Amino acid sequence: MTQSVITEAPPAGADIPVAANNPRLRWILLAAGLVAALALPWFVYPPVAMDIVALALFAIAVDILLGYTGLLSFGHAAFWGSSAYVTGLIATHYGVPFPVAVAGGAVFAMILALPIGYVSVRRSGIYFAMVTLAFAQMVYFIGYQWSDLTGGENGLQGVPRSFFGLEPVETESFYFYYAALPILLFGMWAAWRIVHSPFGRVLVSIRDNTPRARALGYDVDKYKAVAFVLSAGLTGLAGGVFAISHGFVALTELHWTTSGDVVLMTVLGGIGTLWGGVVGAFLNVTLADYLASSGFHGIDLITGSVFILVVLLFRRGVWGTVRHRWHVRRLRRASQRRR
Amino acid sequence: MSAVLQYAVQGLAAGSFYALAALGLAVIFGVLGVVNFAHGAFYMLGAVATAVLLDTLDLPLWWSLLVVPVLMFGFGVVVERLLVQWLLRLDPLYNLLLTFGLTLVLVELVKQRYGVSGLPYRLPGGLRGRVDLAGVVLPRYQLFVLLFSVAVCVLVWLVMTRTRIGMIVRAATEKPELARALGINVGRWVTPVFGFGVALAGLAGVLAAPFRAITAEMGNNFAIILFAVVVIGGLGSIVGAVVAGFLVGLVEAFGQAYAPTFAQILIFVLMALVILIRPAGLFGRQEATA
Repeated sequence: MTQSVITEAPPAGADIPVAANNPRLRWILLAAGLVAALALPWFVYPPVAMDIVALALFAIAVDILLGYTGLLSFGHAAFWGSSAYVTGLIATHYGVPFPVAVAGGAVFAMILALPIGYVSVRRSGIYFAMVTLAFAQMVYFIGYQWSDLTGGENGLQGVPRSFFGLEPVETESFYFYYAALPILLFGMWAAWRIVHSPFGRVLVSIRDNTPRARALGYDVDKYKAVAFVLSAGLTGLAGGVFAISHGFVALTELHWTTSGDVVLMTVLGGIGTLWGGVVGAFLNVTLADYLASSGFHGIDLITGSVFILVVLLFRRGVWGTVRHRWHVRRLRRASQRRR
Repeated sequence: MSAVLQYAVQGLAAGSFYALAALGLAVIFGVLGVVNFAHGAFYMLGAVATAVLLDTLDLPLWWSLLVVPVLMFGFGVVVERLLVQWLLRLDPLYNLLLTFGLTLVLVELVKQRYGVSGLPYRLPGGLRGRVDLAGVVLPRYQLFVLLFSVAVCVLVWLVMTRTRIGMIVRAATEKPELARALGINVGRWVTPVFGFGVALAGLAGVLAAPFRAITAEMGNNFAIILFAVVVIGGLGSIVGAVVAGFLVGLVEAFGQAYAPTFAQILIFVLMALVILIRPAGLFGRQEATA
């Protein structure tokens, strides 16, 4: 076997967060992120801005499993898409304010994740990816066949955007962005709480050394299943907002390419870094938007190539690289001071 | 009774595509530890190549059965040398992601070149029509596909169990370290084995060409069902891949006959049941870790 010329991937747990021992930097980052989120629709077409933030939460939810539990789910389209459909159906049939519909979608995604998670966590690594992919395909076929409810290939048309009769939010996507942003920010905050909680530390220990975690008395499968369901719930929040924002739900949301795209965003941004999901979603959506507006067909060509290049040459991802550089610089400074 | 037999042959014919391709997937996984997401795309390329060869060179199916797998072997070798080999030492998830990206690129390229509507393919005269076997009327081509792929599977099995190459590949699959310690150059077999697995996927594509709509998308769902097949059969197991391939074909055919709405869903229900009852798959061994 030929020796790899590419540097080895960083061991999953070796990276130390930029702000780990630097609370002031963490607050600066959070404040900057919040300002960016609030300013985004001033610079980007508001529906696109909404896509970025929704997909950022989607990527973060996937990263809870991939980066913090060591499980690559290749089937998260099932939760994203099913929540989009359920949100759309609730909004269409009951006319409730959209946050209620989104909450319903997220709850449905978590209920769906219970059996899928229960079965899937019995296999790990590569098997987990294949099994989740297969289950997501099953959900796709259900959505495809049950066309009375989902509209089949035509999708779910005309999802209303109801918000306590507030005219601007209901009609203008600029104001809708600010009405929906708190839901997504809540999801991100929840993700941050999950990975930094004692529960999250157990997940990391499962990722790094499953047999030891088991030997210490943790019910590994239960922890994995709970992480899976939580991740599905956050994915559901994002998918629901996405559905309301677009006003319709396409069958594509359940398709396996959706599962793949979000993994790409996560890897591109940097696995095991919550900020990476935001960066990955931003890059992916703006690139897709730019290509679509310049009349380029065949976005998959670009997506696929980026996937190959990132996996071959850039496995730390954007945020992971930043974090690594920062860490190396800090270590170097510390060693100089000691001298 | 006759209807049941017809569905059975139809299912086994469809299952032989799964069996051949899953065999390739299992061999690649065994020796390289790579789950090849692009296997469905390679199957699609095999079918497209068959249609294009007939269209441009007037190459009949008989020749395609030989030429296309050879071409696909070459393509597989290029893919392994160019892309897959760099990630062999890392977590297998990276190669899953790499081959996923490759799938997107290959499907899109075919779509751009040949459009989204299907390519036409007509059967050679000798394989058209039906045969009457003791009162049961069966399509001739389905019988041919079934017999041909069983022959290929048996051939592969003989190579794996009776020859030195097969012994080395099996040793490399089961205990790579021990095989190396005994002086076998396992690394030398990595590239040809990858090419061989890709060739099998291509062969399944050739057989499917007269049977299925030839489109850029034809491999997408196929790849996912293949994953279900190898999970059912046990990913490390070569026999398991073949048996599960035929089994899934049968489930699909009978599902389509008696409960068309649930035909596709049944396969995944079967997979879930296997995982619950026998997590390692029907013929698999328990995973070493976790």
